Amino acid sequence: MFDKIVIANRGEIALRILRACKELGIQTVAVHSIADRDLKHVRLADESVCIGPAPSIDSYLNIPALISAAEVTDAVAIHPGYGFLSENADFAERIEESGFIFIGPRPETIRLMGDKVCAIETMKKAGVPTVPGSDGPLGNDADETMRMAKSIGYPIIIKASAGGGGRGMRVVHTEANLLNAVSLTRAEAQAAFGSDVVYMEKFLENPRHIEIQVLADQHGSAIYLGERDCSMQRRHQKVVEEAPAPGITPELRARIGGSCAEACRKIGYRGAGTFEFLYENGQFYFIEMNTRIQVEHPVTEMITGVDLVKEQIRIAADLPLSYKQEDIKIRGHAFECRLNAEDAQTFMPSPGLITQFHAPGGPGIRVDSHIYNGYRVPPYYDSMIGKLIAHGDTREMAMARMRTALDECIIEGIKTNIALHKDIFRDPAFQAGGTNIHYLEKKLGLDKH
Amino acid sequence: MDIRKIKKLIELLEESNIAELEIHEGEESVRISRVSKVAVPQVMTTAPVMASLPPVSAPTPESTPAAEPEISGHRVTSPMVGTFYRAPTPGAKSFVEVGQSVNVGDTLCIIEAMKLLNQIEADKAGVIKAVLVENGQPVEYGEPMFIIG
Repeated sequence: MFDKIVIANRGEIALRILRACKELGIQTVAVHSIADRDLKHVRLADESVCIGPAPSIDSYLNIPALISAAEVTDAVAIHPGYGFLSENADFAERIEESGFIFIGPRPETIRLMGDKVCAIETMKKAGVPTVPGSDGPLGNDADETMRMAKSIGYPIIIKASAGGGGRGMRVVHTEANLLNAVSLTRAEAQAAFGSDVVYMEKFLENPRHIEIQVLADQHGSAIYLGERDCSMQRRHQKVVEEAPAPGITPELRARIGGSCAEACRKIGYRGAGTFEFLYENGQFYFIEMNTRIQVEHPVTEMITGVDLVKEQIRIAADLPLSYKQEDIKIRGHAFECRLNAEDAQTFMPSPGLITQFHAPGGPGIRVDSHIYNGYRVPPYYDSMIGKLIAHGDTREMAMARMRTALDECIIEGIKTNIALHKDIFRDPAFQAGGTNIHYLEKKLGLDKH
Repeated sequence: MDIRKIKKLIELLEESNIAELEIHEGEESVRISRVSKVAVPQVMTTAPVMASLPPVSAPTPESTPAAEPEISGHRVTSPMVGTFYRAPTPGAKSFVEVGQSVNVGDTLCIIEAMKLLNQIEADKAGVIKAVLVENGQPVEYGEPMFIIG
């Protein structure tokens, strides 16, 4: 097991990683910007290194500063968390070249999955179902593009290959708009991601977002840990997640989970990963793979009893997985509410001083948050200040516990989206289960279509 | 264990900031400790683990066991994370000493990061009033290294 790990992240996930390290007896190095000196995990870590000024580009995205911090502290490995550089293949490569271990997949795998066209091709070959589409980048032949769209059937969606996470996409409903949409998306992709490669897919009109969690070690073993339903989204940002997904039978789970685990073995995947699917009319369609730990990992941990972050570290330390597939049992139901420092109606960020924080508790309640009384939420980073997780034997019990927890949770001094979460958990369609990815925006009246 | 090897280890310890060195070789082991009256400060410091909130404020990186009088002047802080060196090569003369006059642009020290040696220049003219970091010690972003008055 590693002696010392650099936690190359901030906020709640840095605290999560620190907790896993402590359990494993690993020394922790907290790197932080000057704005983050008072982060909870920085105070709890064995060592801390200030790596730069507040802006992320100069600190959490500053590769030389991060590697240098590992050097001066004699760390052995670096955990990238999620966001920031966690899916940056160059970062992973440079870490390895400098003699450290990157806690995550190999750089080649990150690169492969970061190229959406390649990822889809790889998944098709591995037997994972994909969305009907161009099956490759769009060329410059306008007639060919039009012919392809016609055969797929409108509406279609143009996506940037170097994009992902909801960015660099455009929906086309009629043939008349097609070529224009392609050029516009190409131009935006070039500006945002440095590559104008785009591809086409059938646009699924009312899908749910269901993703599969996997773990793969360096000894040939790969397992799936059930699914998560992340359909409650606003502007492609997840708001509430749950596991398991309502309506997914054990047979469906085994079939889709099994194909994901097989794909992991085929590509030599290493670490924790998530296969994202759109699910419509009983069919799964692969859209992309995330080669990191995800924000919503706690709901999977609650229903399986597996500590995913500890497994990530163990895998990187070349240990075999702690579990075989038959050990993974789904027990009960879990929800997660992402708590954001924002106005519940306008969604404007609300940084500032937290004057009162009282966390909920009781059976089945888990709070993953770095905030405390007197903590000042900085304005430089994303607005998520914590996650409220509730688990119960049934979906109804988990929902009841979450409603209670939301009522108990007090955060004063800043605005939060707790009111929005209370609203969602009172919503009859949400309570019934199976709402699709457009539901929340329609409910909030944001849907203009 | 070879006495010459042990002598070399003692030299290594004396030349560095290491407080204690323990080597295991097969069934043999040796531990060499530096005897000091003052507790050696941690390289990068932060608050000790507290059992309950509210958290205490973390000690600042440049805190040392001996209390230093507050010296006035312009603080030259580190622009990066790395290892601080006072001279261009080991054994060479330091770039600057306390009491020395410097002009804007004069090299004050080297910070080594990822095998690259970065020369840090004075951003103010004046006299070196204090050197706050020891040779070979790690520095973090923003850590004060020199005071120029």
